[in-house]
Amino acid sequence: MSTAAETPMQRERVVTIFERSKEGRRAAALPPAGVPERPLEELIPAALLRAEPPRLPEISEPEIVRHYNRLSRRNFDLDTGFYPLGSCTMKHNPRLNERVAALPGHARLHPAQDPRRAQGALELMWLLQESLAEICGLPHVSLQPSAGSHGELAGLLLTRAYHADRGEARHKVLTPDTAHGTNPASVTMAGYEVVKVATNERGGVEMDDLRAKVSEDVACLMLTNPNTLGLFDENIAEIAAMIHEAGGTLYYDGANLNAVMGHSRPGDMGFDIVHVNLHKSFSQPHGGGGPGAGPIAVSERIEPFLPRPQVVRREVENGGRSLAAAAPPDQLLPALTGAGKNYYFDLDHGRPRSIGRLRGFQGNFGVFVRSYAYILSLGADGLAEASETAVLNANYLKALLAQGRAGKHIPIAFDRHCMHEFVLSGAPMKRSLGVKTLDLAKRLLDFGFHPPTVYFPLLVEEALMVEPTETETKESLDDFAAAIEEILAEAEADPEITRKAPYTTPVRRLDEVRATRRPVVRQPLD
Amino acid sequence: MSRYTSATEADREQMLAAIGVAGVEELFEQIPEPLRLGRPLELPQGMGEAEVFERLSALAAGNADAEHEICFIGAGMYDHYVPAIVDAITQRSEFLTPYTPYQPEISQGGLQVMFEFQTAMSELTALPVSSAGLYEGPSSVAAAGYLALGATGRRSFVVSRGVHPHSREALETYSRGYGTEVIEVGLEDGLTDAAALASAVDGDTAAVFLQSPNFLGAVEDVAALGEAARRHGALLVVAVDPMTLGVLEPPGRCGADVAIGEGQPLGNRLDFGGPSFGFFCATEAHLRRMPGRIAGETVDVDGRRGFVLALQTREQHIRREKATHNICTAQALNALGAMVHLAWLGRSGFRELGELLVRRTAYARERLAEVDGVELLHDAPVAREFAISIDVPTQAVLDFCAARGIAAGYPLAREYPEYENGLLVAITERRTREQIDALAQAIGAAIEAERDAFVGDSAEKARQPQEVR
Repeated sequence: MSTAAETPMQRERVVTIFERSKEGRRAAALPPAGVPERPLEELIPAALLRAEPPRLPEISEPEIVRHYNRLSRRNFDLDTGFYPLGSCTMKHNPRLNERVAALPGHARLHPAQDPRRAQGALELMWLLQESLAEICGLPHVSLQPSAGSHGELAGLLLTRAYHADRGEARHKVLTPDTAHGTNPASVTMAGYEVVKVATNERGGVEMDDLRAKVSEDVACLMLTNPNTLGLFDENIAEIAAMIHEAGGTLYYDGANLNAVMGHSRPGDMGFDIVHVNLHKSFSQPHGGGGPGAGPIAVSERIEPFLPRPQVVRREVENGGRSLAAAAPPDQLLPALTGAGKNYYFDLDHGRPRSIGRLRGFQGNFGVFVRSYAYILSLGADGLAEASETAVLNANYLKALLAQGRAGKHIPIAFDRHCMHEFVLSGAPMKRSLGVKTLDLAKRLLDFGFHPPTVYFPLLVEEALMVEPTETETKESLDDFAAAIEEILAEAEADPEITRKAPYTTPVRRLDEVRATRRPVVRQPLD
Repeated sequence: MSRYTSATEADREQMLAAIGVAGVEELFEQIPEPLRLGRPLELPQGMGEAEVFERLSALAAGNADAEHEICFIGAGMYDHYVPAIVDAITQRSEFLTPYTPYQPEISQGGLQVMFEFQTAMSELTALPVSSAGLYEGPSSVAAAGYLALGATGRRSFVVSRGVHPHSREALETYSRGYGTEVIEVGLEDGLTDAAALASAVDGDTAAVFLQSPNFLGAVEDVAALGEAARRHGALLVVAVDPMTLGVLEPPGRCGADVAIGEGQPLGNRLDFGGPSFGFFCATEAHLRRMPGRIAGETVDVDGRRGFVLALQTREQHIRREKATHNICTAQALNALGAMVHLAWLGRSGFRELGELLVRRTAYARERLAEVDGVELLHDAPVAREFAISIDVPTQAVLDFCAARGIAAGYPLAREYPEYENGLLVAITERRTREQIDALAQAIGAAIEAERDAFVGDSAEKARQPQEVR
């Protein structure tokens, strides 16, 4: 593999859209006002009017298209290559989902539309709630949280409301040392104190440490299961009993739900609150950092506190007084007045014990459409098969990487069957070859792969966290293992090659320290 | 139904052999037996692509969307025209399918978009720093509160009743976690009550929250109101509608420390409320407390210009419980849509669009004010949305208009019981003069019909002479 010659993309001069601006160019063609063109000062006091317009670029449409298409080519993406980013579930994003999300009935529906005139959307949300409730094994779902960490915050605020309702003020939240960084960050935002729990030699929660830390001061234990090592915590039933006995709630970080769909349910494990990352397990595209959605499923005792508003299905009351009677019939769409319906969907704004709103309107509906389409496509059998194949793929790749040079230089951190992901340690490689996990990751870029998650979880030295997902072929797993082998062989011969990688990417290693010490976070103009 | 997977039977056999197990069940044995589901999920079986499409099309058809009726509803999200290139660019695989740019060498496209977006939002708000975007408007208001607590060490917020009700409620929700008190200041003739605001702010106030145009559409004198915050050393947080910033004085020139807002009007669909994005801009002093990703410019080992996620020491994946916010996945693709839309509008188009909104809104406001039975809820200046009061029940008027293909606006009663018959009417460049005239006519006819019905119901009233318009 080449390490020297500058590629055409590397030779491209990097120019921002602001630097492409040229006075007098434009793209927009706006409609005429069609109303009297009165001076703005007649309508709004001059003091409240903007003196100088924002310096947006002056640029034509062809240039905009070319600019962003060229930029797009400077991205690596899932549609192009293997993306085994641990805990991120980079599974295929079906284009069908994009198509149905773009239907005008979804895409151009105003969020404040009268619920009677948004029955399709509310029904879709209700169906998604019901589906997620079944998948999670918990009776109630709120779709409102915007992403996983937003779901975590919601879960902690629910925990706070639950305890407050019982007249209790608890201060601590337990998180294992393998937890995602969002867990402790959410704990702090919710006004709680983080208490870390150690991990045992099997990769699960260290039970003695947990026992020592559980008290009546503990509001909640947040757990990922399978955890970030990709291992199912076999003691979960005992853990749940311990927390519940002490009066705490049990929170399930659903980032790893892709391992267990249709096989095991957080509710059955004893969890009270679960968040689901629709952008992970349910195929919403990641978009380079969102949008996602982080619905939460909860047990009966948590339900009264769910965010407002809640999508509900109401039975028609008053002896057959139908929805059609509740609104002038000529304004209702045929789908609503379909014969035989004795229920309708609504937004419940009441909920007196609710924690309130977490965000505007009803949540990331466009994400709900995609995820519901995904659930319909796979169905009960397909979801279980997806998790099964995800686990098969992970164990297969783990087996491949246990052989040869990988087995020697980057051994598995906890050697047992994994679920949907596994963690390797680059520590031996660092000691024997002087090559760090970061170097290996960067060299993988030259081989056309997105690297695994690196340096996480924190308790594994030089960690590499690998999650292949179910949508990868055996061939792509073979190719990835072969690339690792080749890189390690190369590093054994000359570690400098790896240490200086990458060579072929649009830019090479970037100075991140400079970007933080002397931050330049916008384009200077003039 | 097996979908989107590719393992054949032969693949499976080989893979299981390599793992050294007889079947996949063995891999699931780490789940204790009682916790294994042992039955299929109670969900329908999988469907073919065409079936799924038909099913979702049928659900979509159960909605009255802005393609099929004339939408005057706003309240934070607006039926703007999104140029075709936004869809073309945001649907490209290279933007649609990557993760957050943790590997900058292969994420320069996304990182540069973030940098450009930050520049654009910084220009719009006239504040020097911007994050790469948060979830949406109201939670960004709550995030500004969290920043203010850290920056001031104080424990209370003062918020105008003109701030979007969803924002106020999100701030309340988050505040129960933050352990802060939220004090609300009322409105006078559509504008924040300046005297009440001044007396509500004191040395415990971490931040003062204003919105302009406020929820009733009124353009606030932010600079004057913000004096109260400055006097007591509280942060001034201003929520803005980005589409008005071509014509209205930006928060950065009105003394704001933080400007946030709902980004949907820029390049994003209505989508029944999301996904859109929130923006978050601030003065330089707050850069290291900002929530969300921030792209920064740097160079590579060969001196090439490049971009990285900067200031990651603020973030959860580095700082964990000491992070300045918990946000991870946000709304990068939606921010890209906004950037493309802003580039398309460009320096002159952005201002022209703002002017168009102001003029059409003025026209619509005057037109509706002429309707018998309609009064303006306030006389304050407006930009793209205004509030009226109707002397018959608002719901009846809304239903009457809906039957004629017009979504007349947003009723204020639930969130503002003091404006029981209040209606918020929003204008975009898609709402033509003819449509505005049709709205005025429909509201007028609805009021007449409602009065007639009332008169018809009441024999006594029926004998009284009717006032002729």
